[in-house]
Amino acid sequence: MALELPDNVVVTKLDALASWCRKNSLWPMPFATACCGIELMGTGASRHDLARFGAEAMRFSPRQSDLMVVAGRVVMKMLPVLQRIWLQMNEPKWCISMGACASTGGVFDTYAVVQGIDRFMPVDMYVPGCPPRPEQLLQAIIDLQDKIQQGGTLAGREFARAQRSRVLVDLSASGPCGPDERAN
Amino acid sequence: MENEPFVPGLAGKGGHLIALEEVLDALKLQAGVLDMDAFRGQWRVVVDSSQLHATLKRLKEAWQFDMLVDITCVDYLQYQHATDRFGMVYLLACTERNQRLAIRVLLNEPNLVLPTVTDLWAGADWMEREVWDMFGIRFEGHSDLRRILMPEAFAAHPLRKDYPRQGRGERHNFPVVTRDQS
Repeated sequence: MALELPDNVVVTKLDALASWCRKNSLWPMPFATACCGIELMGTGASRHDLARFGAEAMRFSPRQSDLMVVAGRVVMKMLPVLQRIWLQMNEPKWCISMGACASTGGVFDTYAVVQGIDRFMPVDMYVPGCPPRPEQLLQAIIDLQDKIQQGGTLAGREFARAQRSRVLVDLSASGPCGPDERAN
Repeated sequence: MENEPFVPGLAGKGGHLIALEEVLDALKLQAGVLDMDAFRGQWRVVVDSSQLHATLKRLKEAWQFDMLVDITCVDYLQYQHATDRFGMVYLLACTERNQRLAIRVLLNEPNLVLPTVTDLWAGADWMEREVWDMFGIRFEGHSDLRRILMPEAFAAHPLRKDYPRQGRGERHNFPVVTRDQS
């Protein structure tokens, strides 16, 4: 029996509605350490207008943001800070690794620079470029919106597994000190 | 006197021009001065490490080298014709006479210790911490000789030439934060 609905009513699932709300109001946490940060600022400014995608509210507090944008190289002294900020962000949250340095270390193949943040924390989207143009970052945010739309649930079931196995990550034990047996 | 033109190199009102050569001549007679030479007009004096502090003190107090421009170090490992491992460099300037002078001290393992000059120039504090961090040269008498650039628990001195450019794996020695943990 087909249900008679007026034209101005849309039928959807609550899960999809929740994802739709989330993807259109991303609050970026700008972790800008290098020239990628300038492009990130350019993306947020009037010419490229990140507000068109609902992600213009940059917050410098991890408690108020749900999209970590790592823009620039991360040195080994900075990585524990980055991890701590990521752990302080509330679910649901996502991470964009912006530029060659954040993704791979870029040209900085030295003892002090982490060769890609994805070795030590989750990344949802990579943006190539050195630095990427604002259009590329916008494309990454659009792609991330698609990803959010596909995965989310109203009750956050996708995070339930994380809640169950949540362990306290002891960042104070991070030893960026002695030699490591793992390969370079 | 009011209309006296500014002459770089004139020491104070009514003073006579103290040429850098005068300073160098005086230094030649000082104990612990091993060598001096010039490259493109810039003079460099090699001093024995035991006489370093006395020499710098005299340059500051008797010859008005009031500004410590920089303290840095060179690792001469695998350097052609090098006889010593490390060369400490103290770059001084006399702001009154517009003169510059480089003081060098050659150091070899295991005696990588020098007296601090923070009592002469307070600005030497962070410079000596940087040299300690990057080259592992200790400064006796420094009040707070900690690493300044690398993490405190870092084990090596990365600007030494026998330290590999990509490190010894320190940059990968972190706990991994996964989706399940965050």
